Amino acid sequence: MSRYAAPLFALLGAIGFAVTIWMIFTDTPLQFSWQPNERHVVLATGSGSLFFNQKIFFWHVPHAIMLFLAVGVAGVSSIGFLTKRNPKWDDVALASVEVAVAFGAVTLLTGMIWAKAAWGHWWIWEKRLTMSLLLWMTLVGYTIVRRFAGASGERIAAAMAVFAMIGVPFIYTMVGAGDNHPQAGSEGNVATLNADMRPAFWSSMVTFLCWFLALVITRVQSARMQREVRELREKGLDAGVLE
Amino acid sequence: MSTLQHAARIAWKDLRIELRSKEIIFTMMFFGGLLAVIYSYVFPTNLDMIKLAVPGMLWVTIAFAGTIGLSRAFDRERENDTMRALLLAPIPRISVFLGKAVAIAVLVLLVALVIVPMLVLLLDVPLFDNPGPLLISLLLGAIGFAVIGSVFSAALIKVRSRDVLLPVIIYPLLVPLFMAGTSITAGLLAGDSEKVGFWMGFLGLYDAAFLVVSLWIFESMVIE
Repeated sequence: MSRYAAPLFALLGAIGFAVTIWMIFTDTPLQFSWQPNERHVVLATGSGSLFFNQKIFFWHVPHAIMLFLAVGVAGVSSIGFLTKRNPKWDDVALASVEVAVAFGAVTLLTGMIWAKAAWGHWWIWEKRLTMSLLLWMTLVGYTIVRRFAGASGERIAAAMAVFAMIGVPFIYTMVGAGDNHPQAGSEGNVATLNADMRPAFWSSMVTFLCWFLALVITRVQSARMQREVRELREKGLDAGVLE
Repeated sequence: MSTLQHAARIAWKDLRIELRSKEIIFTMMFFGGLLAVIYSYVFPTNLDMIKLAVPGMLWVTIAFAGTIGLSRAFDRERENDTMRALLLAPIPRISVFLGKAVAIAVLVLLVALVIVPMLVLLLDVPLFDNPGPLLISLLLGAIGFAVIGSVFSAALIKVRSRDVLLPVIIYPLLVPLFMAGTSITAGLLAGDSEKVGFWMGFLGLYDAAFLVVSLWIFESMVIE
């Protein structure tokens, strides 16, 4: 990983951020609502329009997708760490979990703001909300373990990441058939999103992917440096150079 | 001897210690009974309402009492530093894991078998109408709890704040299990056999998936 990667992605994210905000407020239709009985996001004609509240969609969905992406990355690299015992894998897992906690917090908060406007409640025990919350809590548990469990925390946390990844389908099935979460496009396929929303949505996706990558790469690098400093210190202590 | 025989021997060792001292069984059972008494005065005693609350009471008690038993069972290995001896023994590590998990599952099941009559007695709910499915769900719940709990308790044995961290780690992972357990109990109380069937399958699948991963992961968790 070159040392220019993180600044490059951060720059792309910054440019994309400005572009996305511009597109969200100029290019996308305002009269937009979600009717309680419909599964799809549709152009509204009647009452119940969300007006500006709908704009949060362009932040909420990319963050949620990044959250699940990060959990996948953390789970797979934790499997790598537990089988290969190479701490490089652990750096990646730690970085993606910490970034996932941040992205998950944004997902939950933006979702709650939207839910208050659309459903009239801050929180509903609905399938995807429950899944995201439980997953997020497991990730917060991961960071707590990393912080307070000492030397064996790495392995315990890695096992948590693996279990969290396998647990996702169970949590999804668990909350029953009531998936009345609004879907982006028909049947949740974002490729079928309304044509006038598509440019803003994809620009937002790319922006937050860049931002996500910049954060993960930076955190991986800092975790690696922390580890190297620790190892050097131990070496120095062994050699009697350090006190 | 095969892996399973070794595992059975370790499980029997744990249970025999327990049968002699009766420490975990008595404390867990008393704690479970205490919770049942607390429930019966902190929740409304209206029979219709209590029927809706009892599944939650039953499984929350299993979670709390189970955590007590879990940390005590592994504390015992730590106090005498016998975990190292177990791991050094010329047997597969998987046997150690399976033996510990079986012993804990038995203890959790015993607590459940005490708490159910307590709830029936104190709250007058008809939990005994379908003893078969209830027993199967308790068995599956105890197995899942013991499997996930053993993996993390074994890894936490050297960690100072293990008693605080254990619930932080295992409860989020166990939520689907408790959800399935409460749904089965609620389905039995409501006479909804379709619901019971679905959640029983869910619970079985959950146990199987986490058992397979635990068997694979345990070895790398306890490397000293």
